[in-house]
Amino acid sequence: MNADPRVALDVDGLDVDIHTPHAVLRAVDSVSFQAVRGRTVALLGESGCGKSMTATAIAGVLDPVAEVAGGSIRLSDGAGRVTDLVSASAKERRELAGKDLGIVFQDALTALNPVYPVGTQLAEPFRIHRGLSKRAARREAIELMRRVGIPEPETRVDAYPHQFSGGMRQRLLIAIAVALSPSVLLADEPTTALDVTVQAQIMSLLRDLREERDMAVVLITHDLALVFEQADRVVVMYAGNVVEEGPVDDVFGSPGHPYTRGLLDSVPVSAERGASLSSIGGAPPELSAIPSGCVYQDRCPLVRSLCREQRPTAREVSPGHRSACHFPDEVSSEEANRSVEVTR
Amino acid sequence: MSDSPLLEVRGLTKVFPVRHGGRRKELRALDGIDLDLRRGETLGLVGESGCGKSTLARTLMMLERADAGQIRFDGVDPLALRGADLLSFRRRVQMVFQDPFASLNSRMTAGEIVSEPWRTHRSMYRTSRDRAARVAELLELVGLRRGDAGKYPQEFSGGQRQRLGIARALALDPDVIICDEPVSALDLSVQAQVLNLLNELQQQLGVAYLFISHDLSVVRHVADRVVVMYLGRIVEEGGTEPTFERPLHPYSGALLSAAPSLDHSRRREQIILSGEIPSPLSPPSGCRFRTRCWRATDECATSVPPVAVDAADGSHTAECFHPLQAEDQRLAVSAS
Repeated sequence: MNADPRVALDVDGLDVDIHTPHAVLRAVDSVSFQAVRGRTVALLGESGCGKSMTATAIAGVLDPVAEVAGGSIRLSDGAGRVTDLVSASAKERRELAGKDLGIVFQDALTALNPVYPVGTQLAEPFRIHRGLSKRAARREAIELMRRVGIPEPETRVDAYPHQFSGGMRQRLLIAIAVALSPSVLLADEPTTALDVTVQAQIMSLLRDLREERDMAVVLITHDLALVFEQADRVVVMYAGNVVEEGPVDDVFGSPGHPYTRGLLDSVPVSAERGASLSSIGGAPPELSAIPSGCVYQDRCPLVRSLCREQRPTAREVSPGHRSACHFPDEVSSEEANRSVEVTR
Repeated sequence: MSDSPLLEVRGLTKVFPVRHGGRRKELRALDGIDLDLRRGETLGLVGESGCGKSTLARTLMMLERADAGQIRFDGVDPLALRGADLLSFRRRVQMVFQDPFASLNSRMTAGEIVSEPWRTHRSMYRTSRDRAARVAELLELVGLRRGDAGKYPQEFSGGQRQRLGIARALALDPDVIICDEPVSALDLSVQAQVLNLLNELQQQLGVAYLFISHDLSVVRHVADRVVVMYLGRIVEEGGTEPTFERPLHPYSGALLSAAPSLDHSRRREQIILSGEIPSPLSPPSGCRFRTRCWRATDECATSVPPVAVDAADGSHTAECFHPLQAEDQRLAVSAS
């Protein structure tokens, strides 16, 4: 499809279904985006929007009740070979995991094995993929700990995960994820559990590693300001759908979807201290009750009959900036600033 | 209304005995906290995890006994109160919790949750008719419906649950509500709704908030004054604008600088602190922040830092030998 050799991950029309006893629910609905080496693309959305489900689908660790129902996830490795992760066998996936696709999860304590020293866990990628000896892998592990800023790695290599602070654990996870310099690094809310001063350290580390190892970073987060500061492109998700996508400056500077506008307006800004914040009325729809037509219609100040009848397809509003709204030109108007009173 | 603060705290200290490596040690969670909360104002309390924010909240709620220091609430020392007097103090200071999923009993209906405080404070709303009427009023006050009284917490969304938590806190007509991270579990769009509600309730009822949050943009939006805590001490306090515009303490500067911002004009340089908050079991000597501070000198290790005062605003102070100067302040805050 896209022949750009810099594209490391190409997600195209990804659908994920959840099987419940009563029905099959679509949690991710034809999501498409690309991740380019040396750049950060952010998946932005509120809880339940499908951003983490998208990440787990890419990582191949979906919950057993969920399955990929359509689309493709093409990962290109360092040598330019492209594999579709959706159709890949378990064996092929295992070979790619860690080597070409690194993952950093939100909760570092549960992601690390509590009964093994961190050095053993850090050495694993080298042992499995490179076939290094125990001693050589341990040397690599120590080097890696030094690289991600863990003090005294020679002694800390034998410590257990619970002996590290939250920030240090997150550094360990990042170390494991980047150990083999994968082409794509998937970071699912990597700093949500951390304090801001530690978050700043971790984000700066991720940025440095991205440059150093020429990785494509997929940052999954709900934090608008973090996206603004860290990402090059942003994919805004709502109710399982991509509602807007484009360069961060364009999307945040002149949003093409009323949901993005609503989110941006909900951020407390110093200039309006004490004043009423504009908020988005109501709540996102349940997966079982996603309306036909536009997914955002129940909360949208611009809604009209066309929105209820027909689901908008993504259209370009400026170069490289696409919005799934029937009326993207009206998003910047006064009218779109109005909060909808939703009673439910 | 008098001019004296509603809540005055002086030298408040809370020590937890802990065992560390088989030895008994003292964890000084609060070490000489001074603060004032005036009637009807919002005092923001900012700090990272482990700095003692929640212990301070619990101590002010009389859920923990303070080990030293004085509290004056409306001229009375609640630490000396017993029985009915203590009960009436408790009525006047209520709390809204962080997690609207864990802080509401899922076996009780919304109406039972909101009216439960009256089972302890029996002089209020004695008849069941009064109670039902007041529950309905409270639910409407926080933006829920009268008819919601029969629903269970799990039937509400996160934002609606937090409204329910607020209604419960209001049931006893408190003068102070301690809000411990009231919106950090909520999505952004819902967070704005709850912040607006808290603001409206304050204007309507004149209740004072002690607003604890790690989110600086939220605190900046809601608070009249702020205090910044680090390892059990208040390191800086002042009006919200002076403190956010001209932070004096290097820690406050680093916090402001580290927080991601949507401000386009913001300078890209950040102050990135090294290390993390030290263990409160063995806090650094002298200034507690010196181990992470880029301005620290020898004297920071040997003696307790003096109070530095903002030249432009005498009520804005920090505990520091080397307060930030104009140049560093520009680096720290979003230059707008």
